[in-house]
Amino acid sequence: MSFDDAYQALTDHADDARWAYGTGFADPLAGVPTALPDGVDGADLAAYCLMLGDDALIMSHRLQQWVTRAPELEDEMAIANIALDLLGQARLLLTRAGEAEGAGRDEDDLAYRRDAADFRHVRLAEVGDGDFGHLIARLLVFATWRLALLDRLAASHDPVLAAIGAKGVKEVAYHREYAAGWTVRLGDGTSLSHERMQAGLDAVWPLTGELFVPHPVEQRLTGVAVDPASARPEFDAVLAEVLRVATLDGPTAETITAHGRDGDHGVELPGILAELQGLARATPGGVW
Amino acid sequence: MSEQVFEATIAKDQRIEPRDWMPDGYRKTMIRQIAQHAHSEIIGMQPEGAWITRAPSLRRKAILLAKVQDEAGHGLYLYSAAETLGADRGDLTRRLIEGRQKYSSIFNYPTLTFADVGVIGWLVDGAAICNQVPLCRSSFGPYARAMIRICKEESFHQRQGYELLMTMMRGTQAQRDMVQDAVNRWWWPSLMMFGPPDAESPNTAQSMAWKIKRHTNDELRQRFVDMSVPQADALGITLPDADLRWNADREHYDFGEIDWSELKRVISGDGPMNQERIANRRRADEEGAWVREAAAAHAAKKQAVPA
Amino acid sequence: MSGEVKHEWPLFEVFVRAKRGLNHVHVGSLRAADHEMALHHARDLYTRRNEGVSIWVVKSDDVVASGPDDKDAFFAPSGDKAYRHPTYYAIPESVPHI
Repeated sequence: MSFDDAYQALTDHADDARWAYGTGFADPLAGVPTALPDGVDGADLAAYCLMLGDDALIMSHRLQQWVTRAPELEDEMAIANIALDLLGQARLLLTRAGEAEGAGRDEDDLAYRRDAADFRHVRLAEVGDGDFGHLIARLLVFATWRLALLDRLAASHDPVLAAIGAKGVKEVAYHREYAAGWTVRLGDGTSLSHERMQAGLDAVWPLTGELFVPHPVEQRLTGVAVDPASARPEFDAVLAEVLRVATLDGPTAETITAHGRDGDHGVELPGILAELQGLARATPGGVW
Repeated sequence: MSEQVFEATIAKDQRIEPRDWMPDGYRKTMIRQIAQHAHSEIIGMQPEGAWITRAPSLRRKAILLAKVQDEAGHGLYLYSAAETLGADRGDLTRRLIEGRQKYSSIFNYPTLTFADVGVIGWLVDGAAICNQVPLCRSSFGPYARAMIRICKEESFHQRQGYELLMTMMRGTQAQRDMVQDAVNRWWWPSLMMFGPPDAESPNTAQSMAWKIKRHTNDELRQRFVDMSVPQADALGITLPDADLRWNADREHYDFGEIDWSELKRVISGDGPMNQERIANRRRADEEGAWVREAAAAHAAKKQAVPA
Repeated sequence: MSGEVKHEWPLFEVFVRAKRGLNHVHVGSLRAADHEMALHHARDLYTRRNEGVSIWVVKSDDVVASGPDDKDAFFAPSGDKAYRHPTYYAIPESVPHI
């Protein structure tokens, strides 16, 4: 790079890939066959990809709302990274959903032109964060659960889902570590932070039951989808250890209060979708 | 003795490093320059950050999120360079939110449409690159090194902005109008980013002598105009300046008079968004205080009781 | 625990090994409450574009540095051992990449 000629610095594109985030990196699906595996129902596979994709899309949206609000600049970086990772997963999964459906819909059609009842994420992804303790509680539960799912997904008979799972494991392991680190610091920090972290966990517990209920789509996709119930022991063990170190109390009672996989969502979703989709829907024919 | 070494180092165009002797004025000027730059990066996250959740495609959303994240990173590189001079990030942040240190006034303008995201990348980041590329040779080593990294990332920022505008110009008439409107609003503020004219820039001479500034404000502004005009033509938009034309004698573009009274108004805190920008930053700092305290308390506990 | 807890997180210096076969190189600093957090932050800040295969973090307070005025004692000796420096050896222009 020339230090005096700004224009030359701009046209020095030799190592673009490294600097243009997310545009020049190795395609995680390069070389992966995209044809549907034999015996797999396209509609079921599409529905399953939407479940995992919408979890990532909506959770990422909530994390994006933290940008410029994080407690420290280093956490600004970390939260944005997690949001970017999940957004990347959402894009791969929505794209796969479109392929499996076979109706020509791409990631943006699915993200921007579906109504609330057609979204398939769990309620945990959707609820807003009162404070940083609540965010960390939600992220701890979400990442621990998702890591267990993606780890198993890496063995899926669908080569695309297997590749998405293998890539996602590395990312979400970091998300879980970040959330666990903060859970311990807040739980075993000051009395105020202990109180807020516990309140965050207490608010999140009622939403965990939904995470482990197998959906009929998941049950039909044997060998392709992950049975979420199989992730439960790992989830419980990790949570118990983190909470022990953090001197926090575990769940008291468990209820299943939401059925997001069937499109039954909370009162907050319309607001999220208005924000996410508003501009795209207000400019018909627009190209971005 | 030390002063001679300092002057000789500057004269040889070598870098001053944090533990070297340096005049108090140099140290203070560097801290102020780096801190203002760091503050600008952090405040600069807000105008574009407001569009992340509303970005109209997932690809644009990912690019914008990565870009705003870069800006937090730039702020961190710069605060860390300022800290090598004995400044303290917490103290600098307090100076920012108490209005005692400045940031680039460009960020006191609102982002009204998604085209603003593209125009900020193209013009605002483009102007920043013009300002910053020479700073990669700043005489203060840590600042120069931070700037090399930042300039690399800024060039991605500028190109993503320009690419967005090119795409929108190929879209609907409403989108093209949106681009033109955004250019109309951002062009003059971008020219003001280079600071007051040389005749009214009292610190320039000393900064040039110390090699912490390598070109005057007017030189850099001219370079920016010369670069931008052909880019505007390629885009198919009109820059909002009736006096803008090629001057074959000077081999530069002539351009119209800048409304400096507006710049003064915005710098002195009367811009459309000054109060909101600072209030947002203050709120994040205050709402995060209990979290930072908890982490410090936890680290102290761990140190007190060896695991 | 006694006394007041300092709210400001300490400063850490960050070193990154850009690729195998190279030294760790100082890339800057950051603030973190503890070493674990410092490593996390270093990954986000200094290696988010995949540059780097290994990171070291060191508390800035733990770095012992020679002062610039020690320069002569520490660094001057090699000045009279010109054979240590690559430019000591004249290489014909026609030999490429040396």
